Amino acid sequence: MSAPFSWIRPEPHGIHIVPADCWVDPARAVDKALVTHGHADHARGGHGQTVATPETLAIMKLRYATSDGATPVHYGETIRLPGGVDATYIPAGHVLGSAQILLEHAGERVIVTGDYKRRADPTCPPFQVTPCDIFITEATFGLPLFTHPPIEDEMAKLLDRLAAHPDRCVLVGAYALGKAQRVIAELRRAGHHEPIYLHGAMEKMCRLYEDHGVDLGELRLVSDYSKEDMRGAIVVCPPSALNDRWSRRLPDPVTAMASGWMRVRQRARQRNVELPLVISDHADWGELTRTIREVDAQENWITHGREDALLRWCQLHQRRARALALVGYDDEDD
Amino acid sequence: MEEFAALIDALVYTRSRNEKLRLIAEYLRATPDPDRGWALAALSDGLDFPAVKSSAIRNLMKDRIDPVLWTLSRDFVGDTAETASLLWPAPDDPPSPPTVGETVDLLSAMTRKSVQTELPRLLDRLDASGRYALLKLATGAMRIGISSRLAKTAFAQAFGVSVEEVEEYWHGLQPPYAELFAWAAGGEAPPDIENLPTFRPFMLAHPLEDTVVDLADYAAEWKWDGIRVQLVRAGDETRIYSRSGDDISATFPELLDVLPFPAVLDGELLVRGSVQGGEEGGAASFNALQQRLGRKTVSKKMLAEYPAFVRLYDVLLTEGEDLRELPWTGRRARLEALMKRLPQSHFDISQLVQPRDFDHLAEIRGGSRDEAIEGLMLKRRDSPYIAGRRVGYWYKWKRDPLLVDCVLMYAQRGSGKRSSFYSDYTFGCWDGDPDAGADLLPVGKAYSGFTDEELKKLDRHVRQNTVNRFGPVRETDKSLVFEVAFDSVHESKRHKSGLAMRFPRIHRIRWDKPPHEADRIDALRALIRD
Repeated sequence: MSAPFSWIRPEPHGIHIVPADCWVDPARAVDKALVTHGHADHARGGHGQTVATPETLAIMKLRYATSDGATPVHYGETIRLPGGVDATYIPAGHVLGSAQILLEHAGERVIVTGDYKRRADPTCPPFQVTPCDIFITEATFGLPLFTHPPIEDEMAKLLDRLAAHPDRCVLVGAYALGKAQRVIAELRRAGHHEPIYLHGAMEKMCRLYEDHGVDLGELRLVSDYSKEDMRGAIVVCPPSALNDRWSRRLPDPVTAMASGWMRVRQRARQRNVELPLVISDHADWGELTRTIREVDAQENWITHGREDALLRWCQLHQRRARALALVGYDDEDD
Repeated sequence: MEEFAALIDALVYTRSRNEKLRLIAEYLRATPDPDRGWALAALSDGLDFPAVKSSAIRNLMKDRIDPVLWTLSRDFVGDTAETASLLWPAPDDPPSPPTVGETVDLLSAMTRKSVQTELPRLLDRLDASGRYALLKLATGAMRIGISSRLAKTAFAQAFGVSVEEVEEYWHGLQPPYAELFAWAAGGEAPPDIENLPTFRPFMLAHPLEDTVVDLADYAAEWKWDGIRVQLVRAGDETRIYSRSGDDISATFPELLDVLPFPAVLDGELLVRGSVQGGEEGGAASFNALQQRLGRKTVSKKMLAEYPAFVRLYDVLLTEGEDLRELPWTGRRARLEALMKRLPQSHFDISQLVQPRDFDHLAEIRGGSRDEAIEGLMLKRRDSPYIAGRRVGYWYKWKRDPLLVDCVLMYAQRGSGKRSSFYSDYTFGCWDGDPDAGADLLPVGKAYSGFTDEELKKLDRHVRQNTVNRFGPVRETDKSLVFEVAFDSVHESKRHKSGLAMRFPRIHRIRWDKPPHEADRIDALRALIRD
């Protein structure tokens, strides 16, 4: 009989499930990986076998052009791993295909959230609160100052600015996987049905979302149109293209950025953003603390982000917690 | 307060100067008195509420949030006012927000004790943007990239008056500037400033360039290398204004009780030294004066080591008489007559240069560098004193720039319309013989002196020759030579090369020149003149 929870070990390069010898979101190639979602800091190519939702596998195939050893697991489905470990994939509400992974072994339950949020998102099913013994949570926006406003407010800001500048375009910097499609879907929900122009790097991911049933309306590629065509239109590009030469082809763009970091003025100014849109696919402080309370695990492990503050909150609220020092997670582009 | 908060937020995120002017002007037109006057004060000179300081805000927050969480948050944001505005626990049912005027009244009434109960009440009435604007306004430092001059220019634009007139009345008035709005927006008589020590806008000069003037019509004088100041005495008070109209009296206390009669004088502020006029009664170089600039309080040691005086160019008003309509010759005669009544310890007169002809003048100018003088001024003898820059009246003829060949080392992306271009260049000189393995050391930074076409080529060069990236900065392979023009070079402890250039700009791009033929640090050091 081994010590409680000795079968799961946080290592610098990922979370190791010892009896099954497989890893959750490993930062380097391994024989067998369980992947929570398709963002590059969680999903890497080159594993012998990759277990993920069909959507995540499709995203990984698009990004890494490999599909060897892909093992799909649908939401709610459980697979049996070697060594008597069961893994169940549960919606995390982060991006298309994102999942929390519930691991069960010897009557002990551990959840690895990957990244998650609690807000409604038209591009993926919502986070499900699932009871467990150890809750391994992210903490990207783990500071009490992070409160993401209702997305409707941010859409209204964007559409107001668009209406105020009929001769310009609004260029929205948004992470190419997830954020971009969510912003487009929310614009449609807010009643904006004009064509939306895309940076070339976003096209394939948008098509993939559409193939999975997410309606994004009429999308056009910037490269197929002239400056004149794009006056008064919304253009979506990856954050790295905002101040790049690429943007010179646009009609006097108003620079916007959709990111949770936009809550802090200097962060927006550093990126030369004129229209900050506080939109995040991660849980804000209120969502993080609410989730910890609702899941009510015996112990909380905090993986990446501003873990100091969340750890402090757990102490103040008499909840057991520890910070894990995982490497390779990158939160700057959200 | 909501409109003011919206203005502040818009200004924070706006890069274009014209757009900032438009935003402020629109606000000033749309907002009633006294709110717009207080807002204008907050944007220009800043408001001061002695009881409301950053420490008061910190104390307030530590009563409401765990101190560890506060500190972690404050460290992340880097600004106490913004952190507090984001973390303030907003009430579910906030009372109606205050006006700017009401806010100012409440803040003024606060004491160090009452601030702990009164400021929270005010914060409860505002949303996050409103709280940010309130805390910025209350602590007196907006730090949102708006200069006093820009705020005044926006005011002038809002109501179709000239910024020179605004400047003229500004320093005689107090926030919320009711008389200024009554005049500019309400069409009433201008404010009466006769007995107030207010700033009068400077008359400025055009560069001479290729113009040749007839010395029968123009007088020549030195262009001293200090800072242009206006000394104003009225109503028993003396003030010193810089060229931008900022009140710098506190920086030069020794000049505040040496002007014995009401007057407005135009001159160059200098510190005593042995160039710029010779061993006796001369002035030091600009580099020495720099020790005195930008200080709010001045130590006795500073006063003793770098004593300031004013070398007078012109007189605008004296003892109630406005001389600005007089020709320059008339004002010059009045100024010469006034010198007898001014203490030599703190004043002298800028001597005229007496050239035989224009060629002789050019020769005189050629020697100005050795004297650490900035160059020459040519003033039309019949010119009245007119605010701003008027063609044909005054010319400046600066000494030729120094030139040195440097190698491009780093480039940074610009902002505004240059935001996608690598347009800010750091360049260096060789610290020894490049063929014997010497390194380049950075000697300066420039972002002007090239055309838009050249900028595109430079941008391409940087992108194609990058060897390293540091955030927005790229290190290049050091293959391109710039001929850099600059005004002077000085010792500087702040730079690794030990040198600092004044006004460096790109003079020519030497696509043809191999980098090992660029200049060495020693060559640059040899150009130091103080």
